[in-house]
Order: sequence, then C-alpha cells, then structure tokens
Amino acid sequence: MVKAEVVVTLKKSILDPQGSAVEKALRSMGYSVESVRIGKFMEVALPEEARENAGAILEEICQKLLANPVIETYRFQVVE
Amino acid sequence: MKIGIIRFPGSNCEVDVWEAWRVLGQEPDIVWHQETSVKGYDLIVLPGGFSYGDYLRTGAIARFSPVMEDVIRFAREGGPVLGICNGFQILTECGLLPGALLRNASLHFRCAPQYLRVERADSIFTSLYREGEIIQIPVNHGEGNYAIDDAGLAELEANRQVVFRYVDEHGQANAAGNPNGSRNNIAGIINLAGNVLGLMPHPERVVEEIIGGIDGRRLFLSLIRAWERRMQHGA
Repeated sequence: MVKAEVVVTLKKSILDPQGSAVEKALRSMGYSVESVRIGKFMEVALPEEARENAGAILEEICQKLLANPVIETYRFQVVE
Repeated sequence: MKIGIIRFPGSNCEVDVWEAWRVLGQEPDIVWHQETSVKGYDLIVLPGGFSYGDYLRTGAIARFSPVMEDVIRFAREGGPVLGICNGFQILTECGLLPGALLRNASLHFRCAPQYLRVERADSIFTSLYREGEIIQIPVNHGEGNYAIDDAGLAELEANRQVVFRYVDEHGQANAAGNPNGSRNNIAGIINLAGNVLGLMPHPERVVEEIIGGIDGRRLFLSLIRAWERRMQHGA
C-alpha cells in the first residue's frame, strides 16, 4: 500500500480568521506568538499497483478535490 | 417552466425553494443528486444547506455529485442556473462562477435580515428590480466571505458581474453593512454570459408577507418572465 501525506494551506493572501483566533488565544495564555495559520493534513492510501504513478495521481486529486487552487496551495509526499 | 431543484445529501433549503416557486404558481421538481441528466428542465436551482456536511470545503464534494456533470453542461449551453448559499459555494467550486466563499471573517455564523443593493436590473434574475434598489433578504451562513484575487475582483467589477451587494440601512456598502467580510461587500455575482447567478442570501425566505417580507419574490418572478419571453420568441 502506498501511503502519502498531503498538507493543504491557505494562500498567504487569504485572510485566516481561525488562525487569528488561535493566535489571540495563545497570547492570552501568555505565549509570545508572531502568527498562526491553520491548514489541513490528510493521509491518502493508494493500492500498491499505483506506486509508480502515485505522484501524478496525487497531483491530480490535490488539484481536483483536496485543495481549491483559488484559495489554497498543497504539498504532498509519499511516506511509505 | 420546468424547474429542477437539486437535493444533495445535507441540502436543507430545497423544500423552501420548492415552496417559494409554488407560491408563485410554478410546479418545480426536486431532483436527487444521483440523477445523471437534467434534460428537459428550463432552470436549475442549487439550494442552500450543508451538502456533504460541508466536509473538506463547502460545496467541494457536491460539485462532483453525478448530477453536476449535466448541470455544468446545461450551464455552459446557456441554461439558467440559480445557486443560493451552499448553491453559490458549489458554483464557485465548479468554476461556473469565479472566486471562493470562505469562513465569515468574524467567525460568527450570521442568521439575520440583511440589506442588499441591487446593482443590476438588466439580468434574467433581476429584471423586476430597479438598479440601485435597496431590498432586505435574510442571510444564514458561517462561510459567506467572498474571496477573489485583485485581478479577478477588478474584472468582476469592470464587467458588472456583481448583482447584489451587502449594504447598511442607508444603502452604503461599508463594513457595518457587511455581515461576513466579503470583498467589496459582494453578496451575489453573475457569470459573463448572464445565465448563472450565485448569491449567499436566501430569497426563497422572503416571498410571503406572513413570513416577514416579499423582497425575494421578484428574483423568481424575473426568471419566470425571462422564460415566458423566450417561449414567445420560439426559442
């Protein structure tokens, strides 16, 4: 089985009110924090037969579904 | 006019939309998302709700429902499509409308009456309104923050694709009148061809006085009028 980890984050130009809320909470807890941005982490497992083509498949599913290219960027790596 | 209202798992406003059309003398169908064809319909409505639980991103999974391939074909061939709230989100995920809808900037879910300014009365959706008219239609969303890059925004405005804008009670499109942080107070937009409209507010909730207002009626009536005109011209 091919295991990949995908991380999807908001583009830098996009406001992240959730991240800001967490940032404020950390500061009120006494931590000095410059900024917090929140993204998504996904684990995608593909069948072993897909190993050779895994990069292309992951690229496609990230573009089509896992990330919205209008507002998000993505990166992935095969970990197993 | 044959109206198809798509129901996705998690849609919850399709019956309100169905009821609104019926109040205006129409007999719409509710179409389950597994249908693969919308052939025969003159208008498609994507209603509000939480399709697929808003999982991953609002509208992201609904966009790939079996029915959507044909809805997209229908739209590309010029068929009228109205997306309300979650429907607007689905239309942006499909690329039928530009931009994206994000979490409300305040992080608060907003469910309240909202003043809107009708920016264009020359569309099939707004011909019975007056340009510049201030109307009141409720919003009910946690992710209505319209986002688009600077170039896209400039294009939208230059092409007059903004059809509804959030305003305050004086008709000013300012921060006080903006319930969710949308860029340029954008509440609803139309595609270049003029057949696809997406808006975050819920016009189907204001079609009878008894439920608090009738400012939504004319959106549906404009569509009926546009269809009647097409029929007269033998289209």
